Amino acid sequence: MLVHTALDRAEQVARHWVAGGCPVVIHVDRKVPRAIHDAFAARFADLPDVCFSPRHACEWGTWGIVAASQAAAEMMLARFPTVRHVYLSSGSCMPLRPVAELRRYLDARPTTDFIESATTADVPWTVGGLSEERFTLRFPFSWKRHRKLFDRYVDLQRKVGFRRRIPPGIVPHMGSQWWCLTRRTLSAILQDPDRKVYDRYFRKVWIPDESYFQTLSRLYAQSIESRSLTLSKFDFQGKPHIFYDDHLQLLRRSDCFVARKIWPQADLLYKTFLGDDAAAMKGTEPNPGKIDRIFAKAVERRTRGRPGLYMQSRFPRDNWENGVTSSPYSVFEGFTELFEDFEPWLARITGARVHGHLFAPHQVEFEGRQSTFNGALSDNALLRDYNGRAFLTNLIWNTRGERQCFQFGPGDSQFISWDIARDANAQISVISGAWAIPLFQSNRNFADLRTEAAMLQKIESEHLSALRSPWAKGRIRIWTLAEFVESPMEALQQVLDEVGIQEQRRLSEVPRMVDLTGFGQFLQNLKNQGMHPYLMGDFPVDPAPDNAQKPARKPYLVR
Amino acid sequence: MIAGLAARIGLDRVRRRGAAGAAAAGRVWAAARLAYWLRWKRRRLLLRAIRKRRQLRAVTDRTAGIAPEAILAFATLRNEVARLPFFLAHYRALGVAHFLIVDNGSDDGTLALLCDQPDVSVWSTQASYKLSRFGMDWLTWLHWRHGHGHWCLTVDADEILVYPHWETRPLSALTGWLDGEGLQSFGALMLDMYPQGPLDAAPYQPGSDPVASLPWFDAGNYMIQRHPVYDNLWIQGGVRARLFFADNPRRAPTLNKVPLVRWNRRFAYVSSTHQILPRRLNRVYDTLGGERMSGVLLHSKFLHMIANKSREELARRQHFENSDLYTPYHEALMQSPDLWCPHSTKYEGWQQLEDIGLMSKGNWV
Repeated sequence: MLVHTALDRAEQVARHWVAGGCPVVIHVDRKVPRAIHDAFAARFADLPDVCFSPRHACEWGTWGIVAASQAAAEMMLARFPTVRHVYLSSGSCMPLRPVAELRRYLDARPTTDFIESATTADVPWTVGGLSEERFTLRFPFSWKRHRKLFDRYVDLQRKVGFRRRIPPGIVPHMGSQWWCLTRRTLSAILQDPDRKVYDRYFRKVWIPDESYFQTLSRLYAQSIESRSLTLSKFDFQGKPHIFYDDHLQLLRRSDCFVARKIWPQADLLYKTFLGDDAAAMKGTEPNPGKIDRIFAKAVERRTRGRPGLYMQSRFPRDNWENGVTSSPYSVFEGFTELFEDFEPWLARITGARVHGHLFAPHQVEFEGRQSTFNGALSDNALLRDYNGRAFLTNLIWNTRGERQCFQFGPGDSQFISWDIARDANAQISVISGAWAIPLFQSNRNFADLRTEAAMLQKIESEHLSALRSPWAKGRIRIWTLAEFVESPMEALQQVLDEVGIQEQRRLSEVPRMVDLTGFGQFLQNLKNQGMHPYLMGDFPVDPAPDNAQKPARKPYLVR
Repeated sequence: MIAGLAARIGLDRVRRRGAAGAAAAGRVWAAARLAYWLRWKRRRLLLRAIRKRRQLRAVTDRTAGIAPEAILAFATLRNEVARLPFFLAHYRALGVAHFLIVDNGSDDGTLALLCDQPDVSVWSTQASYKLSRFGMDWLTWLHWRHGHGHWCLTVDADEILVYPHWETRPLSALTGWLDGEGLQSFGALMLDMYPQGPLDAAPYQPGSDPVASLPWFDAGNYMIQRHPVYDNLWIQGGVRARLFFADNPRRAPTLNKVPLVRWNRRFAYVSSTHQILPRRLNRVYDTLGGERMSGVLLHSKFLHMIANKSREELARRQHFENSDLYTPYHEALMQSPDLWCPHSTKYEGWQQLEDIGLMSKGNWV
């Protein structure tokens, strides 16, 4: 048992092992002051089955831990000749099942070595980029204390092309440092005539406690079970996860023999698992599956986060968002201008939340024109424009599970123009030039109309260039007004297919298009005034009689 | 040696990039200048705090009993006799070993209440709150004097810290985990809690959980930007932005805080606990898409006392840098308005806050 802090807990665990009939050799880190060590050792005076091995300084990632394990293992094999399996544990390990159960388990497998051991090429465990290089470079500097020197020296060796020679006969393996080896294997490792060679080599290997026994046991073991009997989970930086009182049920259901690390103040865990009434589990195989899943999820939460969430501890740089928003939504540009009752129709047919112009200049047009919306978003336009992107991402995040649709156009504030363009969740359908329809219908001075048309055209053309840029990731469809009016049903059907309405029926009901009689002439008038509207495509200057033949367009079915 | 120096400040890389590097060189120098300026700013703040120590009069000083690894809580307060019983009980339960409190001229019995507590040291001052950088100069002195090497929690009397698993894991579990991760600071969002109906409808009973009186909050209207100088996230929004600062959102209160720090006497908070120097302590967020662990400070500002406090504040003008701008805000609060809206969210616990995304467990399972 390797111990460096929380000596009270270590004592408790050691006594538990001894009570279960297992002799214990304790190694106390040399960094623990002598006085404390002696007092600690004295507390075991009543237990002949506990002894203390020569002390080594154990710094993470260095040889000290292996030296300590070797010394302790030698002492164990020498002092207790009846011992068949040696289990390496630490002061923060805790047996979850009665010791007798572990003994039974090992008795049934007298020649099996439990040690996680895999070749470097085959496992993605390593954190920090050093896997094979652990064995081929030198590591004289402490990673914890002299990180810069450590990194520099690694870089230098890479540049120079330095490689250490791996001693003949061994193939580097890695795995959890917590093993359980048979006397046979362990003594073979410790008494190997070449041990000096191996020790000298591993002394300069990076994190040798995860590779020394793992490699050498491959030379001698009769049958290796490549797994650790100790449940030990690591986070994305290779630091061990800690178990607290609230993990009690999780640990109970894991059926593992030993777990680490346990938080020293986790009184409930210690009371439950080291108490006399430690209920025997079903005597089954360890089953850490559930714990594995929970911890894997936590690592994912820490490294990838929840897409589309911007909060105090997740604020990705541009393009690192892993999804600008959290879920798909639809943006319609020019549809409300072309169709008279587009919003209610869309809501009816898709069942989605259909907003008006969310980015309208004076007020946010939420569905039903509410003054607040999910997450207490306000309809105040100033508040929205203070951080347009936050408004959009908040809206989509707050309505997770419901599809949002909203209208957009050149009359709206344009802060999110680029954000929706580069958002893969955005489905953007544009009828370009449709902004001219309200102008055409309005009864304002032509000079004003001309100015406004020029401005809107400029804004929309900028927006379109964002949508057409190579950075645009949304699902974007752009029709000119002329194209759209040519075959509106087909276009609508396409859009709705992407929104993903459940029913496969073809459109049975279509919105009513506004009367465009005279629109071509209106555009021509603009041209005549020197303002060339081009975004709506080639709209015919409709000769009046031709238009008269088909007056109000009636809704019809497309089959 | 010159080459080494060039490498350290990034010049060698710049040189290699040649002409295109001119802009980068400008950035390097700008960054170096900023770092230099901030270093002096931090020293100025510390000096200022050390000078202001004379404004503090120790009323009860029990700091001699502070154990080496004790978690300390610091606060400046005034007339908080109603909130204090719950405040002390909450943080005691979380494992705060000692409270170091500056009382800024209370006249409602706050001082007497504090002096009766066995784990509280109290300093008293009548000096200006505003001129002491809203109490921060005094606290910086106490941090400097007593906080070195400790995990220090700096909160207001109306802030209740919750973090993932707080009901089952005391602060020492959190700080132990932060130590293990090599982190020195822990961020928390200040979440304004409010009741349904007029603010003075239900009087608060001292000692009870203020969140029970103020169970509502705004769940998803927060606006975040990165602060260009201090590198913290500048978070605004919530109910106060929605109702009182909608026409001037820039003025809306700042909600990001760094309340828990493994203190070093070289550290100094800049404005309230929103920003701290050195800047690395402000980086409590992930920029590569992941989520760090974070907490929430449940802000019980809107208890029924708020109307009177606002009235007093209008007279004292001690609370904001530019007090005139906040006059309409205080006047509105004096009317005990209803802050609730149909899309307000009712508080259910930290799991809910985690789920909504106001705080995160990160990888602390």
